Amino acid sequence: MIKIENVRKSFGQLEVLKGIDLTVEKGEVLTIIGGSGSGKSTLLTCINGLEPIDAGRITVDGTVVHDKSTDLNKLRRKLGIVFQQFNAFPHLTVLENVMLAPRKVLKQSRAEAEAMAIKQLGHVGLGDKVDVYPSRLSGGQQQRMAIARALAMSPGYMLFDEVTSALDPQLVGEVLDTLRLLASEGMTMICVTHEMKFAREVSDRVAFFHKGVMAEIAPPEKLFGAPEDPELQKFLAATH
Amino acid sequence: MFDTALSAHDLLFLAKGAGVTLLVTAISVAFGTILGILCGVFRFQVGPYWASPVTFILDIFRSIPLLIQLVLANAFLGMVLKLRMSGFTIACGVLTLYTAAYCAEIVRGSIGSVPGTTRRAGRSLGMTWFQDMRYIVLPLATRVALPSWIGLALGVMKDSALVYVVQVTELLKSTQILITRLQEPLFLLMICGAFYFLISFPIARFGGYLEKRWSND
Amino acid sequence: MFNYTFQWNQALARLPQMLDGALVTMQIAILSMAIGVLLAILLTGCRLSGIRVLQGFAVTWVEIARNTPALFQIYMAHFGVASFGIHFSPFTSLLIGITFNNAGYLAENFRGALKAISDTQSRAGRSLGMTPVQAFRYIVLPQMLRIAYLPMTNQMVWAILMTSLGVTVGMNSDLYGVTQDLNALTFRTFELFAIAAVIFYVITKVIGLGARLLATRLFRY
Repeated sequence: MIKIENVRKSFGQLEVLKGIDLTVEKGEVLTIIGGSGSGKSTLLTCINGLEPIDAGRITVDGTVVHDKSTDLNKLRRKLGIVFQQFNAFPHLTVLENVMLAPRKVLKQSRAEAEAMAIKQLGHVGLGDKVDVYPSRLSGGQQQRMAIARALAMSPGYMLFDEVTSALDPQLVGEVLDTLRLLASEGMTMICVTHEMKFAREVSDRVAFFHKGVMAEIAPPEKLFGAPEDPELQKFLAATH
Repeated sequence: MFDTALSAHDLLFLAKGAGVTLLVTAISVAFGTILGILCGVFRFQVGPYWASPVTFILDIFRSIPLLIQLVLANAFLGMVLKLRMSGFTIACGVLTLYTAAYCAEIVRGSIGSVPGTTRRAGRSLGMTWFQDMRYIVLPLATRVALPSWIGLALGVMKDSALVYVVQVTELLKSTQILITRLQEPLFLLMICGAFYFLISFPIARFGGYLEKRWSND
Repeated sequence: MFNYTFQWNQALARLPQMLDGALVTMQIAILSMAIGVLLAILLTGCRLSGIRVLQGFAVTWVEIARNTPALFQIYMAHFGVASFGIHFSPFTSLLIGITFNNAGYLAENFRGALKAISDTQSRAGRSLGMTPVQAFRYIVLPQMLRIAYLPMTNQMVWAILMTSLGVTVGMNSDLYGVTQDLNALTFRTFELFAIAAVIFYVITKVIGLGARLLATRLFRY
């Protein structure tokens, strides 16, 4: 369970998170929508401790993320994250990209890591690309590799930060299909996204962020069907 | 406060050495740059095949130690040709060619960095080859070349420490002579090092600044 | 044509000794590069550490190495440290001097290379649970070494050329030192140093070629 309690975060003068309260249960798929600068991406990097927070508390399975005594490197094994930029490691083959962290962080044997990597690459549909360098992959393939790389750590949670935003339109579909697959398998996921159709389809709940505040959270039928917050109504009108 | 046998007279001796270092550097860099520009333009203009003899000769100066270049020049001019030439002349001659070898690389590279389309635009406006070089290539290539050229000039100053081998008493040699006499190696070397550093460091920084500023647009 | 009789045979008879010297020259250059690369990586780490003292240390090293003559650095390693009662052999002094110089120049090259690597690379590593050192070691470092590969081969050539400076601190087993000693015996200055020059030329060309061959094996991406 990820529990977010009254989290505040500023960059200099700009307050990007103004007291967020949110709980994500095991097995749940939560999507976060909202305009740019609404603080939704920042929340993800706060959850895995890449960004410090100014006030409040985030706990993952009972571990307080921003506590000084927390081993963040250990915590991050539980939290897979995929970013908008693919961040493929260009000097490693696709297989090596996926094997690196299990080998060095989880200290798995080569055989163990390789078996897991091949499994996860097959999972995201890159089974035939294992020995290729990332420069030979399309953006969509690179992003799916990044997903496999995160999955290879056997995380309890997956965080997706606008993973389709840097892709050419014709490549968005294959990445969303991968996310749908994960959701159908019961992975706990938090997806920050601009893809409304996708959010409506896969989510258990959808949260709407506006100017650092979670303005509304509801199951998709309710949030898209009968939005209450006036800003959300405007936002949905503009995106349709 | 600091106990040293260094006298005012010795300091003057060091200053003279520093003067020789700067003079050798200035002469070599000046002539070497002119020669380097000529060779660089030539190499770019006639293409790699026809320029290969020049390329080969210049490459030699970058592939064998400067110390050996100086010894060989000295031996060739003095023992083989039996010419009476001062060490200073030989030092300047060798360092000039040494500078030219590196400078030609810089010039060739920076001319190559001017986009062909820009040059064709100039020529299609009716400019002659010379006008194209003067008004299009020169200003653009200079931006690329100048930071490297500053690095080269500083490199030649540092490498001029080797001309002691042809009996030219420049700064480092002067320092060594004093070390032998006064037996205060650390103190004297620090003075000598400080001199090089105080000249090289600010100029190198300036070169870095130019490179940064010009690479942004 | 010249009023001078070249005596190449006399000089060529000494070739085996000179080739032995060339081996010592290569040995010093390779050692100084190996240690120099390691030190340069450490200096780069110091610069990235965010710890003031370490950054100052690294910057001082790099700037002294780049802004004073290599010969001065070798003098320092020999005569300078003698003031503290430390007496290194010519071999050690030369090795220290060249290594100091290599590390300084390489660290600067590495800094330039790092600018070309996106911050998000190490961020991606961190989010996979890597420590900062692991992310540097496995993700940033290999990419940095590739970008700095060409400057590194240039520095290797410099290291070869710099070994000739050892003669000033009494080194006599490297190529230049051997040649100098033979010259004192035979006075065939031009012939001997011409042969030494050819050997140096061949060594630098072999290094350039070898580096290019190695690159095709090392960098397949």
